[in-house]
Amino acid sequence: MPFGNTHNQLKLNYSSDQEFPDLSKHNNHMAKILTPEMYASLRDKETPSGFTVDDVIQTGVDNPGHPFIMTVGCVAGDEETYEVFKELLDPVIEDRHGGYKPSDKHKTDINPENLQGGDDLDPNYVLSSRVRTGRSVRGFCLPPHCSRGERRAIEDLSIQSLDSLDGDLKGTYYALKNMTDDEQQQLIDDHFLFDKPVSPLLLASGMARDWPDGRGIWHNDNKTFLVWVNEEDHLRVISMQKGGNMKEVFNRFCTGLTKIESLFKDRGHEFMWNEHLGYVLTCPSNLGTGLRAGVHVKIPNVSKHEQFGEVLKRLRLQKRGTGGVDTAAVGGVFDISNADRLGFSEVELVQMVVDGVRLLVDMEKRLEAGQAIDDLMPEQK
Amino acid sequence: MMHDTGAKEPLVCLRKTEPLRTELQELHLHTSPPQPQVHPHSVVTMATQFTRMLAGRNTAVMLASLGAGTLATGYLFSDSTAAAERRMLYPPSADFPDLRKHNNCMAASLTPAIYARLRDKATPSSWTLDQCIQTGVDNPGHPFIKTVGMVAGDEETYEVFSEIFDPVIKDRHHGYDPRTMKHPTDLDSSKITSGVFDERYVLSSRVRTGRSIRGLSLPPACSRAERREVERVAVMALSGLQGDLAGRYYSLGEMTEREQQQLIDEHFLFDKPVSPLLTSAGMARDWPDARGIWHNNQKNFLIWINEEDHTRIISMEKGGNMKRVFERFCRGLKQVEQLIQERGWEFMWNERLGYILTCPSNLGTGLRAGVHVRLPNLSKDPRFSKILENLRLQKRGTGGVDTAATGDTFDISNNDRLGKSEVELVQLVVDGVNYLIDCEKRLERGQDIKIPSPIAQFRRAEVVQAVLGGRRQLLAAQQSVAEGHAVDVVPAGN
Repeated sequence: MPFGNTHNQLKLNYSSDQEFPDLSKHNNHMAKILTPEMYASLRDKETPSGFTVDDVIQTGVDNPGHPFIMTVGCVAGDEETYEVFKELLDPVIEDRHGGYKPSDKHKTDINPENLQGGDDLDPNYVLSSRVRTGRSVRGFCLPPHCSRGERRAIEDLSIQSLDSLDGDLKGTYYALKNMTDDEQQQLIDDHFLFDKPVSPLLLASGMARDWPDGRGIWHNDNKTFLVWVNEEDHLRVISMQKGGNMKEVFNRFCTGLTKIESLFKDRGHEFMWNEHLGYVLTCPSNLGTGLRAGVHVKIPNVSKHEQFGEVLKRLRLQKRGTGGVDTAAVGGVFDISNADRLGFSEVELVQMVVDGVRLLVDMEKRLEAGQAIDDLMPEQK
Repeated sequence: MMHDTGAKEPLVCLRKTEPLRTELQELHLHTSPPQPQVHPHSVVTMATQFTRMLAGRNTAVMLASLGAGTLATGYLFSDSTAAAERRMLYPPSADFPDLRKHNNCMAASLTPAIYARLRDKATPSSWTLDQCIQTGVDNPGHPFIKTVGMVAGDEETYEVFSEIFDPVIKDRHHGYDPRTMKHPTDLDSSKITSGVFDERYVLSSRVRTGRSIRGLSLPPACSRAERREVERVAVMALSGLQGDLAGRYYSLGEMTEREQQQLIDEHFLFDKPVSPLLTSAGMARDWPDARGIWHNNQKNFLIWINEEDHTRIISMEKGGNMKRVFERFCRGLKQVEQLIQERGWEFMWNERLGYILTCPSNLGTGLRAGVHVRLPNLSKDPRFSKILENLRLQKRGTGGVDTAATGDTFDISNNDRLGKSEVELVQLVVDGVNYLIDCEKRLERGQDIKIPSPIAQFRRAEVVQAVLGGRRQLLAAQQSVAEGHAVDVVPAGN
């Protein structure tokens, strides 16, 4: 509730121990890090818009997690969350982002010219290429906390800016609540449509409130550049196309993002960003670049190899099923993307994907021909 | 009259209607539910009530318990300038929800003007209108089923936001007007007649209600500490029950696998709500912390703790002895109430709304008395629905709300919750079910049946004994008549 939040005052009538959540069965970053002492020192604080530590951790309390998958268990309600609750969020960030320290600086580089290669991935194996990130508009609360008025203002700003795009980026906005049946079907067929979140991880944080008010999808006429408005973040920006030309995808990604940023600036708004955390997003897991660059690649042989996991780890890549996060691979086709978000620049991360996928395809070809891949084993990046 | 404990108090802003002092003078001080024997409130009892209130939320609780709808004390936010600036940037019109595709009671009554007046108000525990209506905004509803679409976060919600709650209550409770009517409470089970059904037809009988503990926030709003306190107070009281009511508590978070399986087999276990109507309202937070089930050793008296309400109380048994089920229900409720009062706690109750629960649909008695009854012939008769309607009964499938009937067995229960007492409602179910069984028997014998005339909605007493005296009362009563309610109005001097 962005108009101030004095509900916290009532809780202070109870002791910190009486309010401390039961995290004994929990397995997420928040539960590992939050101690009763930390909770006691944070519980009487709030951000200027009234976001409290209980708001930050609610999703982690409600979702004990998975024995094998470590979720984050916290969200931010606004930009200041990362400051006011740094006692909790800094260690969570450090844990989640491979030892990233509170004093570290994050490098931003969205100059596509700095990417080497990437236009040469074998399309017989690499079926599609995609780069996504998120952006938050400074001055507004984030999806877990924003009011309807704020969410609508973000939507209006986004529509105005996106409507000014031209050339191969020219496109149309489809508001979720005004879509016709035909438009909806088309967007589903294009695999563009996002639906109301069903994951309890997202629902518990409050980001699905008032659905579908203020939510929508924008895409260019060529259907290679797509923006989601007010889903898990203010904006999710996606560049994609069939085949393995990651360089082209990244090119369009950077050009589009830069243009959008300047269009927002023309209207007096900038993106949330700082030297330490890079781009600020709702989930701490998406800080820094918020970037996931990935391909759908056919690697039935490599994926069955006993060293597959180790190879991915050394290449700093992760695998997912082709339905996205939490899905299984179908027909030996995997979604391979960068594992990191923070501490590496955009160019560095895409480079890792390009180089890594090229290597995986080489390995696949070797195994197809019945040859060994020992000499291809990479060093730890 | 009540002194401040020193806890921080936000600004108090009174609505510009009658001055507070006059109404307090006028009002009859009914702060707790009527006891079975008629006795005046003793000094000791009053002191205990006030002690609890002093430790709780003081003035507003007192005002809320007086139950006067016009005392809409709105607490304005007294916080940072950052929040104040934000508030100016976004006038209420910017925040008004889009309800064009919605079909629920909240959407039917909430106008931009009402929203504008209420948006910046809060209860003493800072519960806001947006939080009340979130579930109704998130769940547009069903073309055939009209949900309520709003919840209360605490007792004061019904006062501070009465401008929207009163019309919603009236909509949902078939014309019960909280501004002019009083709700009767009667838990004297000895008054029930003919309460034993023919067991060739009635397979089981059940009565349920809910109770909230005054001074603690309701499930959509409560903090973990408050919820744990509800659990502690309830479990402590239940452990004092004896004889056929003696039993034990099973905490949801700590039960063993075996206990869990046992409770599932007995159909006692409740699980984390999956309905978006409930999860949007925030009542599933921190699950399963401080949730649990208590039941007596005989397994016919069951309490749910911290599910949709602070407590849900259920009395049930196989067969058709509704009178005994209701007797146990009333006895158990009264004993629990006594046990919590001994420690300075009480249930949320007031004269105009009866027992206060999370969902406005459960106000008044919060009571659903029902049977599982076989009606193979009657259920196929085209007059079945009309008969139920006139008897003020509803049918559900035997899985409960939103389920379909299996075979010819139906769950038949009372439609109403507010405006009629517990005894009246149970008697209504008893008489109604007996009538249905009679119809079934007639149809078996090839005889014809009659649709009964509709049962009257509200007693004349409710309208006559309106809370405020004078012309306003008369106008309100006249309005009720104009709207076609079957009531009698006595214009002058009650």
